[in-house]
Amino acid sequence: MTVLHLRGVSRVHGAGENAVHALIDAELQIAAGELVAIMGPSGSGKSTLLNLAGGLDAPTSGEVLVEGTVLAGLNKKLLARLRRRSVGYVFQDYNLVPSLTAAENAALPLELDGMSAGKARKTAISALEEVGLDAKQADRFPDELSGGQSQRVAIARALIGERRLVLADEPTGALDSTTGEEVLKLLRRRCDAGAAGLLVTHDARHAGWADRVVFLRDGRIVDSSAPLAGAETLLEGAQ
Amino acid sequence: MSVKHSLLALLERGPAYGYQLRAAFESATGNTWPLNIGQVYTTLNRLERDELVEAMPENDSGQRPYRITEAGRRQVAGWFSSPVQAADRPRDELTIKLALAVTTPGVDVADVVQRQRSATLRLLQEFTRLKAAEDHAELAWQLVLESMIFRAEAEIRWLDHTEAVVARADLPAPSPFGTGDVPNAADSADRERTPVEFLEEKR
Repeated sequence: MTVLHLRGVSRVHGAGENAVHALIDAELQIAAGELVAIMGPSGSGKSTLLNLAGGLDAPTSGEVLVEGTVLAGLNKKLLARLRRRSVGYVFQDYNLVPSLTAAENAALPLELDGMSAGKARKTAISALEEVGLDAKQADRFPDELSGGQSQRVAIARALIGERRLVLADEPTGALDSTTGEEVLKLLRRRCDAGAAGLLVTHDARHAGWADRVVFLRDGRIVDSSAPLAGAETLLEGAQ
Repeated sequence: MSVKHSLLALLERGPAYGYQLRAAFESATGNTWPLNIGQVYTTLNRLERDELVEAMPENDSGQRPYRITEAGRRQVAGWFSSPVQAADRPRDELTIKLALAVTTPGVDVADVVQRQRSATLRLLQEFTRLKAAEDHAELAWQLVLESMIFRAEAEIRWLDHTEAVVARADLPAPSPFGTGDVPNAADSADRERTPVEFLEEKR
């Protein structure tokens, strides 16, 4: 099932001679269970694409669909609800609320959506468990957690409840390479478990965890790579 | 790749015959570089000739094991203690290709770069998949796999760098043989002196 669909999406800032074409006619579909990486130099449109996918920005032309719903057709309130229920973000600097515990951070989208505190906490605890954090860690505050643990909380929060689309913007940027790798592995596992992931990265090693890698150049998708058939072909290539 | 030194290193663990050596080599490197048995025996013959190994009597099943000699041990120690020289590695086709691409008229360098990046990333995706599937694989195989991942990663970074540099550079329209005129016999007196000639004149 397609969770995210960009249909001929363009984003132009300004008009006339000063118009900046941040994204040009982008076509992209991400199904449940898929992790897609976006690579490209700075200014190539990666962040624009991510913001459009999350409904933080609106396309100049084309359509963005999340779980079959066209974002442009929603009023402010409905868009906010869809974002709460369907889309989660993971940032380089975690963006956890410092005055809330790990569990409270993870439960936040549910509580904002009207779920009772008790039920939200229960859901958050099990979401944290899925990312490898135990009940003790769930009650810690962000400043008592390591970078890797914080990012785990952010991933738990991004995929809490019914949320199935995680948009990750350089999620390993602030982590050392081993911890970064662990976070990528976790993201991969969450996608294997049915989430759809869009990962913006400049790091080829991290893009290696994706099912597909989409290359952006000057606002255009120039290429995308799917993995080869299987391990046997690979070993022949390595000789 | 040095088959000679690899076999010697394996024989340092104890005597073995050809098929055992091949199996041990392949298990250590995750079958990444399959050895052909003929190659193993040719190498063993050469090692025996150079007195780095010696053949032992055939066993009951007709296999002839080889044993490493003192000279062989010294070779292995020397191999492990010296770095691999750049000249021991094969010529890098990609580097050559790109060096020619930026100096050949009509070649879309960005396109060459992107094709390669896409292909290398695909390879990297496969390596990563193998790594994920073999989380508890043997240490030696993990290292081989990581080495391939690092190499792919480095290549992609180099391609990114190349692309940025090429985009910034104002590529001149290259002439087929550089900017210099093709020398002919008539003005050979004006040609640059070789270092040897230069030193001779000085003397």
